[in-house]
Amino acid sequence: MTVSEEPAWLRPSPGLWRMRRAEVGTMTALLAAFFGLVFLAAEGSTAGLVSVVVVLVLGAAFSWFVRRRYRAWRYQERHEDLLVARGVMVQRLSVVPYGRMQFVEVTAGPIERLFHLSTVKLHTAAAASDARIPGLEVAEAARLRDRLTELGESMAAGM
Amino acid sequence: MTTGHPDAEASDEGWQRLHPLSPVARVGRLVPALVLLFLVSTVHSKAENGRAETDYLVVLTLASAVYGYVHWMVTRWRFEGDTLRIETGLIRKDSRRLPLARIQAVDIVRPLLARILGVSELRIRVAGSGSTDGKLAYLAEAQAAELRLALLAGHHDPDVAVSSNTGLPMAMVTTGRLLGSVLLSLVSIILIGTIATLAVLDEFEPRTAAAVAGFLAVYLLSFAGVIWRRLSGQYAFIAVEGPEGVRIRRGLLQTISETVPYGRIQAVRQVEPLLWRPFGWCRLEVDIAGATARNQRGEGTAVVRKALLPVGSQQDSWHLLARLLGAPDPERTPPPRRAKLKAPLSFHFLSAGYDGAHAVCVTGRINRATTWVPLEKSQSVRLVQGPLQRPLGLATVHVDVAGKRARAEFRDREVAEADRLVDELSELSRVARLRHQRSPAASEGAGDAAPSGWYPDPSGRHEQRYWHHGRWTEHVGDGGRRSSEVVTPMP
Repeated sequence: MTVSEEPAWLRPSPGLWRMRRAEVGTMTALLAAFFGLVFLAAEGSTAGLVSVVVVLVLGAAFSWFVRRRYRAWRYQERHEDLLVARGVMVQRLSVVPYGRMQFVEVTAGPIERLFHLSTVKLHTAAAASDARIPGLEVAEAARLRDRLTELGESMAAGM
Repeated sequence: MTTGHPDAEASDEGWQRLHPLSPVARVGRLVPALVLLFLVSTVHSKAENGRAETDYLVVLTLASAVYGYVHWMVTRWRFEGDTLRIETGLIRKDSRRLPLARIQAVDIVRPLLARILGVSELRIRVAGSGSTDGKLAYLAEAQAAELRLALLAGHHDPDVAVSSNTGLPMAMVTTGRLLGSVLLSLVSIILIGTIATLAVLDEFEPRTAAAVAGFLAVYLLSFAGVIWRRLSGQYAFIAVEGPEGVRIRRGLLQTISETVPYGRIQAVRQVEPLLWRPFGWCRLEVDIAGATARNQRGEGTAVVRKALLPVGSQQDSWHLLARLLGAPDPERTPPPRRAKLKAPLSFHFLSAGYDGAHAVCVTGRINRATTWVPLEKSQSVRLVQGPLQRPLGLATVHVDVAGKRARAEFRDREVAEADRLVDELSELSRVARLRHQRSPAASEGAGDAAPSGWYPDPSGRHEQRYWHHGRWTEHVGDGGRRSSEVVTPMP
């Protein structure tokens, strides 16, 4: 097998950003309502308004950070191994050989299901391996799962 | 009852029982507790109403004796082809088959009472779990030793003779050195320091001292317990070279014989605590996989850490290491000087390196730890760059092996170097893995015709070459000097 061009980096679905945005938005709205009401009752309408604005600004800042984190996720299926990169503050790159894969886990939590997403996780014998790809469209997750399983079978190496 | 071997099931021949003294050894463990209970309740009830109420203790003793006897009655074992089958249990039948080919290790454990009675317990570990899978308690000493060899022989090529006294002692720990090493450990120093402080305090403020002593008593006792366990567990430690692995025998009251199999080693760690360094002492630990990924897909992996040498000289340690990993001595380089800003304390010893087969790294300041990882065992390679490392242009590369703890860390390397390391280490791991797969017999460390060691170089270019796990390695020696020369792969 000649080493052809490296396959392209793939990214999680834009649905992941929509999901994260919805999560941050909901949390911000709830917190804004809570603090707004508390300060309204305790200090008056000005304090209530200020607290709502503060919470909204913090929420916007956090959503900017979450956006960057979403954009940091990427993965690449090479011939022999899977590359997963992630992180903004702490940047990580994992190289997991298919042969080392013990099993592939596809999970979809209740919020993920609302957005038709799932998370694919590759387990190796090492606890630290850390190859997780969140926010994949259901079809892409199934494709990746089957492909990883197939590659894992054909390249399986013992301990 | 399990079915599956109808032919074996049909015959009822060949069942063997445990040693007739097993119930005594088994129940005997309870005697100190019973005596204590007896004394306490006698004193207590005498004080309460003037007469002893110890009927329930008699019942308890009888019950445990009956239990021990019944357990002995219903436990039996035999060989069925190439499996060992152990059956036990009166109410809930427990019948387990241990395939000889998958036996990882056979340990002999001899608690004090068993030693007095001349019996031993046999613990059998099978690939696929980290815990003890089969237990025969108790067998006559000679029978246990014989059975152990038979089980280990079944695991290997039957042509290779497995005897109990092959190989030479690789390392042993004298009582003086063990005492010294335990004395120079953190636990002992805390214990002794606290007691000394209390003694001084007692001179001036006896009442405070008594109060503090009462408060600390539990901690001090538990510390003393830790020290005692270390002393008694590692007493008379001896490591002997065996064909399937390094055999270890240790223990004061309870003797333990265990085997560290060559092919299962995930990582080797040499730890040199601060207080041991003036004496040139170190501790050697290995991480061993208990499960095979192929057989236990989805079951996770149990990795156990074992002390290969509780305390020893650098030379002892190197000797063991050479035997286990084939004398890996890749050149290590320190990280760039600016890493000092990020890791001011640990920078001092920080270094890492690799060759074709191993990655090695040194970390730690107080406990200097050197970790060797055979690249064929690498599970994944990771690059991590934290917020402190980014402005300095540094990154850390990890080579992960099975388990939670063991990994080789190329800490705080230059970013360009780290990127290169990721590529090279994953490629080298892949090559090492392929080489390993192509010769499964050699990889198991089982089918070696000759034990690993230095032998005359077959190529004739050097005086000696290291033979390891059934193949020649790149390590060669000339006039006592070691060097590396890549060897063309064996067909």
